[in-house]
Amino acid sequence: MIGKKQFNAEAIAKRTLFLFAITGALILFLIVVFIFKEGLPIFNQINPVDFMLGGEWSPSKDVYGALPFIAATILITAGALMIAVPLGISCSVFLAEIAPKWARELVRPAIELLAGIPSIVYGLFALVVIVNTIEVSFDVPTGESILAGSLILAIMILPIIISISQDSIEAVPRAYKEGSYAMGATDTQTITRIVIPTATPGIVAGIILGMGRAIGETMAVVLVLGNVEKIPTNLLDQGEALTSVILLEMGEAAVGSPHYNALFALSMILFMIVFSLSSISNHIIAKRGLRPG
Amino acid sequence: MSMEKIIVRELNLWYGEKQALEDVNMQIRENRVTALIGPSGCGKSTFIRCLNRMNDRIEGVRITGKVEIDGKNIYDKDVDVVALRKRIGMLFQKPNPFPMSIYDNVAYGPRIHGTGDKKKLREIVEDGIRGAALWDEVSDRLETNALDLSGGQQQRLCIARTLAVKPEIILFDEPCSALDPIATGKIEELIHDLKREYTIVIVTHNMQQAARVSDYTGYFLLGEMIEFGKTKKLFENPHKKETEDYITGRFG
Amino acid sequence: MITANTADRLLKILLWASAFAIILVLFSIMGYVFLMGAGVMNLEFIFTTAKNNWKEGGIITAIEGTLIVVSIAVLFAAPIGIGAAIYLAEFTREGKTTKIIRLAADSLNAIPSIVFGLFGLTLFIHYLKDYTGGASLLSAGLTLSFMILPTIMRTSEVSIRTVPLQEKMGSYALGATKLQTVKNIVIPGALPGIFTGIILSLGRAAGETAPIVFMTALNPITPSSIFRGGNALTTTLYYLTSEGISINRAFGIALTLILIVLTLNYSARFVNNYLTRNQRR
Repeated sequence: MIGKKQFNAEAIAKRTLFLFAITGALILFLIVVFIFKEGLPIFNQINPVDFMLGGEWSPSKDVYGALPFIAATILITAGALMIAVPLGISCSVFLAEIAPKWARELVRPAIELLAGIPSIVYGLFALVVIVNTIEVSFDVPTGESILAGSLILAIMILPIIISISQDSIEAVPRAYKEGSYAMGATDTQTITRIVIPTATPGIVAGIILGMGRAIGETMAVVLVLGNVEKIPTNLLDQGEALTSVILLEMGEAAVGSPHYNALFALSMILFMIVFSLSSISNHIIAKRGLRPG
Repeated sequence: MSMEKIIVRELNLWYGEKQALEDVNMQIRENRVTALIGPSGCGKSTFIRCLNRMNDRIEGVRITGKVEIDGKNIYDKDVDVVALRKRIGMLFQKPNPFPMSIYDNVAYGPRIHGTGDKKKLREIVEDGIRGAALWDEVSDRLETNALDLSGGQQQRLCIARTLAVKPEIILFDEPCSALDPIATGKIEELIHDLKREYTIVIVTHNMQQAARVSDYTGYFLLGEMIEFGKTKKLFENPHKKETEDYITGRFG
Repeated sequence: MITANTADRLLKILLWASAFAIILVLFSIMGYVFLMGAGVMNLEFIFTTAKNNWKEGGIITAIEGTLIVVSIAVLFAAPIGIGAAIYLAEFTREGKTTKIIRLAADSLNAIPSIVFGLFGLTLFIHYLKDYTGGASLLSAGLTLSFMILPTIMRTSEVSIRTVPLQEKMGSYALGATKLQTVKNIVIPGALPGIFTGIILSLGRAAGETAPIVFMTALNPITPSSIFRGGNALTTTLYYLTSEGISINRAFGIALTLILIVLTLNYSARFVNNYLTRNQRR
């Protein structure tokens, strides 16, 4: 009655599914190998420090300095965070703590929708509306600027910051808040002294993830920065982001040429920044048992 | 006098470092109801799950000793666990019908074990549902979702599902703990009828239930089986002090 | 002096204002796109081929291209993602391997879309040109499938894990094998969630531009084979905008894209509710 083991089918299925499961890791590995393989050769003709800190980028002269792009990316990202962080935190406090049901049911889908709008549509909107508004209000020859990039990126990273912060705020134990209220604290005191400090690691994870998105964003940024290869010094200056250079110049770079290698080297930089940021925030999120973004 | 269907020898079980069963020996007779009682955490549920190797699925579990069914140790290396579970049905604390129709629930077992013939399947399903004393209540709505049934009906449906696989032994792990007294009465009646064809082991936290339905009772405490014997004798004249304390309510 | 009461009131006003600001931003973007897009939107715009460098005619080639590319992406990513999710949830225990698999998926999810574009360019256009046809709809679809794989993996795993343990135990207790339990109990139970995940990633794939910008053509091409080139809505929108060909028509495409994304989001919700209600778990 009790026969021999016959788990062959299960073993085969398990092995097949394992192959599926490691496909993601395999793709990641291939991506790393490819961009490093194509990017590293540029350092045969220029040392990494000069590449990162060089102020001039002229493929026709075989000069590759990435500083203008790095600077522009840092500036638009910083600008975006300055707008999105306060707005995002206060919106997530609103959703998690004080919003009546109807308001939550209005705001949540709105945020989901913001997250779903394709980046190229944001770019188009920014080019037509934000750039023109800047042009008119600051009376400058063109509104294509760091400011325009920051504004549209801020809108684009709000959903990710809000959703992770909100989870984190909702995870603050009720007992903490009740303890605070029981001692006669006001709403303001409870929110600023108990809720936000307790939720800080999660909020930080959301901000870091948003930062990664901003640095890697391509389509919205390329349409509004003006794409001028110089180091921007103020908010109304034009500039060109790391992602933009890759997008704009890859088509014209001959395969295997130094220009081609230099563009891959830019994507190496991009990859390393974004990979570190995502590792940090995923580490925080996993540690606190929050839902990943 | 009936035969021994299951013989448990020196059974030990550890969850990681923690020992949950210690040197359990037991003889379970064919076509009888054997009840296992004891305070919660005493190991009775862990024990019953050893009888169909349900504990295999839990991480960090280590088992020594033997469980012989018809003389064959089910922990031997050459045992097919799936075939084993076909011979030993199991009912759980909470009724767990699948989210499908009543018919499909009962047909699930025969189908996975290769019964393709529609007419044959229908017979097995009907026999199963009749065997679980549920036929009169559901015969006109076999295609409705099983989750529409009441808790007691769901539990009897799970029994029907088990019968459809034609097991030899049925394990009940506190089958009435989620049910009201009337539904409980029906299940107990059913268990009484089922023992004519099946060997039954039931874990219960309810001593009256053990007294009502079983022929033999084992009393567990802290992973050890303190006493085992005919139900009547164990309840009226226990050997051990611990058993007496538990039965008279001075414990737990 | 600011009393505690005034501070509370100020804070509340601030919080309400921030939520209001976000709604306002959403409405102005959507409103603007609808308004501008409606100006060019008509049957001809949707159903005919573009003429005169996209300045006349319609965008049917881009719609077809996007549909094909997105279908290829899902056709590849869905089986792999669902299989991976089944492996993670049912066939293994948490350990080093699962940690690596999850880390890889999270990292893949964070990689900028332009890097996927570069990767697709090297792999499919340079190395595998003979198999993919170079800059073809197939190359674009495969590149997008890499991007949506992590999402499908995660949403599938989450919904597989919601299948109650008792149901699985019930199946095992009847002598079902693991494969039978996965096929008959786990997958049907997880299906609503898996579907929702797939539909949402369809929307995401349809909205991506940077990964496929090197693989789609600028001039209108009626798709004839997946091994040939074609257009996509997003890349056409980018072309029309960056070259200043027609901002109005770009808004027409933007509206089409938003309608697609909206439809997918709502049908995901609908499908999820419908399937879940039928299961009444």
